[in-house]
Amino acid sequence: MSVTSDVPLLQARSLVKHYGHVVALDRADFELYAGEILGLIGDNGAGKSTLIKALTGAVIPDQGEILLDGEPVKFRSPLDARRAGIETVYQTLALAPALSIADNLFLGREQRSRGILGKLVGALDRGAMQQRAQDELNQLGIMTVQSIRQTVETLSGGQRQAIAVARAAAFGTRIVMMDEPTAALGVRESRRVLDLILTVKGRGLPIVLISHNMPHVFEVADRVHIHRLGRRLTVVDPKSCSMSDAVAMMTGAMAVA
Amino acid sequence: MVGISPPPNIRVAPADEPDFPSFGDTRSLKRLRLILQSFPSVVSVAVLIASILAFGIVIGSHFFTPFNLSLVLQQVTVISVLGAAQTLVILTAGIDLSVGALMVLCSVVMGVLAVDVGWPPILAVLMAFFAGAAGGALNGVLVTFAKLPPFIATLGTWNVFLALELWYSGSQTIVSQNILNRAPILQFFGNGTNVGPVRVTWGELLLFALFGIVWFFLDRTAWGRHVYAVGDDAEAARLAGINIDRVLLSIYVAAGVICAIAGWVLIGRIGSVTPQEGQTSNLDSITAVVIGGTSLFGGRGSLFATLIGALIVGVFENGLALAGVDVLWQNLAIGLLIVFAVIIDQQIRKLST
Repeated sequence: MSVTSDVPLLQARSLVKHYGHVVALDRADFELYAGEILGLIGDNGAGKSTLIKALTGAVIPDQGEILLDGEPVKFRSPLDARRAGIETVYQTLALAPALSIADNLFLGREQRSRGILGKLVGALDRGAMQQRAQDELNQLGIMTVQSIRQTVETLSGGQRQAIAVARAAAFGTRIVMMDEPTAALGVRESRRVLDLILTVKGRGLPIVLISHNMPHVFEVADRVHIHRLGRRLTVVDPKSCSMSDAVAMMTGAMAVA
Repeated sequence: MVGISPPPNIRVAPADEPDFPSFGDTRSLKRLRLILQSFPSVVSVAVLIASILAFGIVIGSHFFTPFNLSLVLQQVTVISVLGAAQTLVILTAGIDLSVGALMVLCSVVMGVLAVDVGWPPILAVLMAFFAGAAGGALNGVLVTFAKLPPFIATLGTWNVFLALELWYSGSQTIVSQNILNRAPILQFFGNGTNVGPVRVTWGELLLFALFGIVWFFLDRTAWGRHVYAVGDDAEAARLAGINIDRVLLSIYVAAGVICAIAGWVLIGRIGSVTPQEGQTSNLDSITAVVIGGTSLFGGRGSLFATLIGALIVGVFENGLALAGVDVLWQNLAIGLLIVFAVIIDQQIRKLST
């Protein structure tokens, strides 16, 4: 199916999710179009995380539907979403610090050797994995790591973030979700990660960027989805809407224009 | 659109500054940690070599004979095999207090079935392997499905296995002569061949073969990477799509089977089947793992380290005994080594935070 800008690549209609009496998602809508970076902002507790979890299979919504390329899909686990080509960069990064960069990139989907040992006991094709990991980091311009065999714990916060993004970019065939990728980083490292996000976009992968950092969102996003009280309040164009107006809408201080 | 300009109090590095400080210009303590982190066995290997040299100098020719050094290896064979089982569990950030009791239970199953009941010895051995796998599976089910902390789960099964082994054997030793008459294969791993002045037992060869196989699985298979990931950061492993319960269950079953192998080697080592044997084996196996440098917090360490750890203990016990030192000083030395090893581990772990 060809993707045009009219058909959202990923769409959610009227998602509802209750936790007991708490309504985390209240008929929330969502649209992501091919090739764009969608900023997702909202106050704490607005339901951003629940929305993303519903879109990536980590939470199963009570009502509503999710469409991928216009086709209804039901993700029962994060693995389902991954198989559909949706990768998530978690705020916690989900890296194993004592394993090497290459082992982390392939964690959970290791390449097996073609020989008999690969079939029988799952022997690794470590050479191929390291080669592909190196290629991936080179393509994304993450040249600064010294060796692909280096363990992740020897890396700085920004480098770790870059590895997590590289993993998502390497395996995400359709969409990359990023949860607060710059929250724990300093100014220079944030800069590098933002550049990395633009590089991933340049490959044609659409990105959902959840962040509390308005300057970051407004710098890289093509559209900004403002979430409030469990639903989408509005979508604004970062070129025409000011940051302070977006924050005012997000907190309820200003009505949607 | 608002540009990003850093607040004036934040120092922005000049463009020509390298992206990362190279390791050379960090402080020496951090540098030391990095070396330890990259090669965690460096310390234990150095301790092993230093202790062999020290005992060689102090005790002299008694200690440094090929015969005595091969004796050390024979003395640590059983605990090393058991240490392999313990290493698997500790890599997943668990601990297994039941390995010693399960080992003796398996040796009792082998001995009673083959000698008292009269089963063909090979069937008795297979049954002991099955018992080991079942005992390990019980531990695994308690840790995964019942969600018990491994310490508590295996504290319970330790006592269960202890009771079973005393009940099944009737607290009776099966003496060496009876085993030799009816099921000599049970003593196989105590036999061996002489290579010059050195005695090489089949148990030692088994030890190296077992370590080679388990190393391959840990280092060269997807399963092994998952074991390390689960021990390192279980939540990261889960998000990466790894089935944590399945990994843990497989680890405990594998540990149980290795306990059965250790039980077989134990019969070869002591000649008889003795239910009262191996009372401290569980703690001795933990000692070997920890002194080798494997982290009790999971995700870091290796089988090689455990072998080194077991050899360090063996060298200290043998050397201090040859020097005529009271046993209590052996305990003191081992105790200090454990504390030293854990301090090193803490230093290494600081790096990753």
